[in-house]
Amino acid sequence: MSKRIDVTDLDIFYGDFHAVKDVTMSIEPRSVTAFIGPSGCGKSTFLRTLNRMHEVIPGARVEGEVAIDGQNLYARNVDPVDVRRQVGMVFQRPNPFPTMSIKENVLAGVRLNSKRISGKAADELTEKALRGANLWNEVKDRLDKPGSGLSGGQQQRLCIARAIAIQPEVILMDEPCSALDPISTLAIEDLINELKVDYTVVIVTHNMQQAARVSDKTGFFNLEATGKPGELVEYDTTQNIFNNPSQQATEDYISGRFG
Amino acid sequence: MSTPTQTPASPPSGGDIHHSRLDDVSGIVPSQVHPAGRRPALVIAGASAVVALVLWLGLGLHVAAALLLSFVLYLGAIYVTYRRIGGARVAVDHLVRSLVYFAFVCAVVPLASVLWTVIGQGAGRAFDPDFLSQTMNGVTGLNDQQYAEGSAGFVGGAYHAIMGTLLITGLATLISVPIGMFTAIYLVEYGAGGRLGRGIRFLVDVMTGIPSIVAGLFAFALFTQIFGIRDAKMGLAGAVALSVLMIPTVVRNSEEMLRIVPNELREAALALGVPKWRTIAKVVLPTAASGLASGVTLAIARVIGETAPLLVAIGYARGLNWNPFDGPMNTLAVYAYFMFTKPLSPAVREPSLERAWAAALLLVLLVIALNLLARLIATLFAPKTGR
Repeated sequence: MSKRIDVTDLDIFYGDFHAVKDVTMSIEPRSVTAFIGPSGCGKSTFLRTLNRMHEVIPGARVEGEVAIDGQNLYARNVDPVDVRRQVGMVFQRPNPFPTMSIKENVLAGVRLNSKRISGKAADELTEKALRGANLWNEVKDRLDKPGSGLSGGQQQRLCIARAIAIQPEVILMDEPCSALDPISTLAIEDLINELKVDYTVVIVTHNMQQAARVSDKTGFFNLEATGKPGELVEYDTTQNIFNNPSQQATEDYISGRFG
Repeated sequence: MSTPTQTPASPPSGGDIHHSRLDDVSGIVPSQVHPAGRRPALVIAGASAVVALVLWLGLGLHVAAALLLSFVLYLGAIYVTYRRIGGARVAVDHLVRSLVYFAFVCAVVPLASVLWTVIGQGAGRAFDPDFLSQTMNGVTGLNDQQYAEGSAGFVGGAYHAIMGTLLITGLATLISVPIGMFTAIYLVEYGAGGRLGRGIRFLVDVMTGIPSIVAGLFAFALFTQIFGIRDAKMGLAGAVALSVLMIPTVVRNSEEMLRIVPNELREAALALGVPKWRTIAKVVLPTAASGLASGVTLAIARVIGETAPLLVAIGYARGLNWNPFDGPMNTLAVYAYFMFTKPLSPAVREPSLERAWAAALLLVLLVIALNLLARLIATLFAPKTGR
């Protein structure tokens, strides 16, 4: 199910503002890739271009190419809605739909697109997705209760279940643990390790220990000064980034000398 | 409560902020304010009430003037007393508190007075089954005179006006809710910040201020253009006039409700590969449903009592007219207005006034029912929380 992502010479703009400059990288299938870097350096912006979610913000546009298994996402005949069905996303703050029950939340991707699904298939999909998100045992007795009644960590895992229920190729996570306590964070990190068996996972994090714990490859984003575009400084295996970085800026950042 | 009363008397250490305590910082003076209970205020209030009574009954002042004068005395006494026992801040606190209560009473008194009068004058006739089931067809001043003399029973009711009110307001709702709701959706979801969006919002603001008689004249002129001046008066014309007044309210209410739907929910749906229109229809609107429904109900309550535009656009019918596409109709507000200004029998006004008050009471009850309905809808549709 997982696919590789190739980004070539990608520039991102918000209106006249050049947000991210000239990114080229390849993301391997069945791996976890982490993006680290100081606030405002464009890592979240870059992540959102991988499923065209940045287009939700008025004035946002990109130049360059993002290819998933060779298919350019920004080719003229590609519908952003189709892209998002292949590339799922989990956000910083857990955002289950407040009008829906836990089960309806998991099935939201199917139901909101009015695909027909039989009651039995719906039950199976719910269980599979919730098991995939390590949440089944905690909620199996209250699937009809509202999703907003869960704890923050459970809500975030519900959002992951919702994302994997549409069977995407890639899962993007934008600081998925920044609103959670350490125990819930651990649960999510374990989950990320399991998800990479089936999916390509890309995660943005402010927590360098987290990047070191969960990721196979790490990209370090930085910006020279406020108002300048952010850029990809270094992209390598997590081992190398944290133990033996080739750039001085990377070493300064991971050793806490700035940022 | 643990208050650090015994702090070690260490000398204020200059640079180390972690070891200095608040007590050590020089320049903080103990408060001059002393707590003061509410008993003095109650005593002064009682004294002021006595003063008001004396002014009213003893000196023959008008009751409102007596109350106002004693309130001013009360304010002065409160300030002086609390300044002495509590200090300046406590005095100002009590002074402002009294003014806030005063403002509240000023706002409630007219409302309570209206309700009191309408119920007192209208309750006798409004719940009479005959009044609720009869129209004014064939009822003349002669019937009223006979009723006043006691030789005949009370005839004539507001059945046609009740039905007319429901029909015309219902039609107006059918016209304005789709238009207003879609405008609000455009403003929030598509045209936010754009030039067209700003233009529409400005026009909606202007529409909010349209005098209701202008809306009535507009509808009448419009229907005269289409049907000719003879056949222009019909229920639909009234519904159009009411829609002109209702649409801006619906737009503003709905816009407000859609705007507070968190953006994260839209992003969550879009990220699941849901098209934008479906995101709006299945996520944004259900999340805002309770607010939208109660906003619409309040907009209905706002126009249900309109008189002037209906007078112009649909005229005045004595009998029941079920067809809003042909001929004059009647509504409760117009009915009350006519019964008050043009009594059936100029010599014996009482029966007509009785009808006017009863219609007014029914109208007030309708509005209260709508408000309660809005609250009910708001709680029924509200997003579920809890475990």
